[in-house]
Amino acid sequence: MENSTVLGTNRTGVDMSPIDIKEMTALTNVTLPSSPGDERAIARMRGKYIAEADTLGSIPPPGTLKGVATTAMQKLTGRNPEAFIDKLGGRVGFERAGVRLYDALIEKCSAARGTMAASLIPLETLWQFRNEELQHFQLASDALRSIGADPTAQTPCADADGVAGMGLIQVLTDPRTSVTQCLEAVLIGELTDNAAWGLLIEFTEKMGLGDMARDFEVALRHEENHLMHVRQWHKEMVLQDAGVGASA
Amino acid sequence: MALNLLDENKGCPIDRQRFTWKEVAQPPISKLDDDAFTRVRVILMNGIEMEALRFSHSCARMNGDLQLLLAQLRRVEQHQASMVNGLIGADHSTLETTIGYEQVAIEVTAAVAQAEPDEYLAQVYRFGMLEDFDHLYRYTALLDRLEGKDANNILQCYTDIVPGRPTVIEHRAPEDDLREHYDRSGAAAISKLHALTIMSAEQQTHNFYMNVGPSYADPVARQLYAEIASIEEQHVTQYESIIDPNESWLEKWLLHEANEVYNYYGCVQQESNSRIKAIWERCLDYELGHLHVVKELFKRYERRDPAEILPAVLPEPIRFESQREFVRKVLNQEVDLRARGKHFVNKSEEGKATLEYREHMNSSGSPSDTVAAGYQWSPGTELVRGTQLTYTEFVQETEIAR
Repeated sequence: MENSTVLGTNRTGVDMSPIDIKEMTALTNVTLPSSPGDERAIARMRGKYIAEADTLGSIPPPGTLKGVATTAMQKLTGRNPEAFIDKLGGRVGFERAGVRLYDALIEKCSAARGTMAASLIPLETLWQFRNEELQHFQLASDALRSIGADPTAQTPCADADGVAGMGLIQVLTDPRTSVTQCLEAVLIGELTDNAAWGLLIEFTEKMGLGDMARDFEVALRHEENHLMHVRQWHKEMVLQDAGVGASA
Repeated sequence: MALNLLDENKGCPIDRQRFTWKEVAQPPISKLDDDAFTRVRVILMNGIEMEALRFSHSCARMNGDLQLLLAQLRRVEQHQASMVNGLIGADHSTLETTIGYEQVAIEVTAAVAQAEPDEYLAQVYRFGMLEDFDHLYRYTALLDRLEGKDANNILQCYTDIVPGRPTVIEHRAPEDDLREHYDRSGAAAISKLHALTIMSAEQQTHNFYMNVGPSYADPVARQLYAEIASIEEQHVTQYESIIDPNESWLEKWLLHEANEVYNYYGCVQQESNSRIKAIWERCLDYELGHLHVVKELFKRYERRDPAEILPAVLPEPIRFESQREFVRKVLNQEVDLRARGKHFVNKSEEGKATLEYREHMNSSGSPSDTVAAGYQWSPGTELVRGTQLTYTEFVQETEIAR
C-alpha cells in the first residue's frame, strides 16, 4: 500500500532551525511593537468599513413585477420572495460548481489507478454523483423559472458562495494534491450541500411551495448519500495511510 | 461642454493633490448591480495610470533634470492608481476580473477603431480586437469548466461570446508584430490619444495575466494564462510600435497627461454611478493640474508651444457602449487576416519565421484549444445543455481522448 504522507524536507517549522529560532525569539523578546494595542485594532478598522459598506448587490425583480404571474409566484405574494430567490440562486451556483468539483475529482481518481484510491472509490459512483449534482443544478434553475425568476442571474448568495468555494477548486485542480486531500475538500462541499438543501426545504415549505419542497427532498437524499460515501472514503484513506485502517 | 486643453484651466494645484489611506482604499463597485461599463472604465483607467507610472520611471532614467518633478507627479499617479484599481471588489474571482479585462479590450478597441481617422491605424486596432475577442471566448470556457460560473454575469449581454481569430494561430515571430508608426508632425491628435490608450490597456492586461496566472492551481489555467499573456505582450509590441519613436521625452509626457485628461473626461461624461463619477471628477481635476505643470515644462525646456502638440479642444470621448454590430462585421470580414512584417495579409501568406515559431510553441499542445474544446456558451453555462452521459459513454469518451 502506498502512503501519500511521507517524511521529507519540510522546512516550515521552527524545529528545522534550532539555532536560528533561538536568535529570532531572543530578538523578538527584547523588541517592543512599533505601535501599541493588539489585534483588535484590525477589528476596529474593519468595523468602520463594515459600517459604511453597501451589500454585495441585489437580485433582479421577480417575474410578477414584469407582469408575468405564475401559480407558484402567486403563492409567494405577501411574503418576501427576494430572500427565497437569493437562496435558490445560491443553490444554482453551488451545484454548478459541484459538477466541476466532481469533474476534477474523477480526473484525480482516474489518474490514481493501481493505488488504494482506485480500489476504494468506484469511478462509476463518482460519475453518478456528478450527474446528480447536474440534476440539482437543473432542479434549482427550473424552480427559479417556475416563480418567474431568472436562473442565469448571479444572486448575492451565489456571489458569496462563489468566493467561499474558490479554495475547494484550487485543491481539486492542483496536480500535486492527493486523493485524500481532494476528498477532504469535497467533504467540505458535501457538508455544505446537505445543510443548504435541508434549510432550503424548510424555507420552501414556509413559503407555501410544498410540491417544490418535495422535489428538493430528492436532492437532499442524493446529498446525504454523497456525504456518507465521501466521508467514509475519506476516513478509510486517512486511516489506511496511517496504517491503522481496516486492511492495514 | 467641450474641455479646452490650452486655456488657463490649471486644475488642482499639485501641492493639494493628497490622499489618505481611507481615500486610497474606497468601497468597491458592485459586481452585481453596477453597469458593466463602470467596471470597464475602472479597468481602463487603472491601465492608463499604470502606464503613467511606467512612462514616468523610464523618463526619469533618461532625464536627470526632470527626476524631481516626475517623482512628484508620479506620487499622485501612484495613489490614483491604487484608488482606481481598488474599486474592483474581491468578490470577483481572478477569472471574472479577466473577463472584465477582455471586455475592455474588445469594446474600447472597437470604439477606437471606428473613431480613428487613419485607415491603417484603424486596421491595426481591428486586427488586435479580433484576437482579444477570441481570448474572451477561451477565458469564458475556462470560467465555466473550472469554476462553474457564467461569464455573462460580468459581460451583462453587451459582448458576444464566440471564437474570434483563434488564439492558437495568434502566435507570431516578433518581426510580424511591429507596425508603421504615425508621423508625430502630421498625425491627428486623436490618433495619438488612441494609440496611448490602447497601448496602456493592453500593457496592463499583460501585466495582470503575468501576475495572476500562476495563482491558479489548475495546470490548464496556468498554461492558458501563459499563452494569452504571450499574445498580450505581442499586442503591447504592436501598439507601442504605432507611436512615433521620434517624439521627444517631453512631447511624450505632454501627450500622456493629455491622454489622462481625455479619458477621465470621457469617464465623467458617461459614468452612471454617482459615487464613482465623483472619483473620475477628482482624478480629472488632478490630471489637469499635471497637464498644466508639463505644459510649462514643455515651454521651458523645448521652447515650444504646447499648441503644436495638443488640440485646443478635447476630441469626442471614447464611447463606452456595446459595439456588437461592428465587432460582428469585423469578425465576418477579417478573422482570416494575418500579419507579415508591417502589413496585413491573407492567412496563406504568413512568413516562415512566424510559422516555425508557432509550430514550436504549440508542439506540446494548445491550451486555448484544449480549454474550449467543443465549447458553446449558453446563458447559465454549458451545463444548461448538459447531457448526462452514462458511465460507459464517459469512459469511452475519456479513453478516446487519451
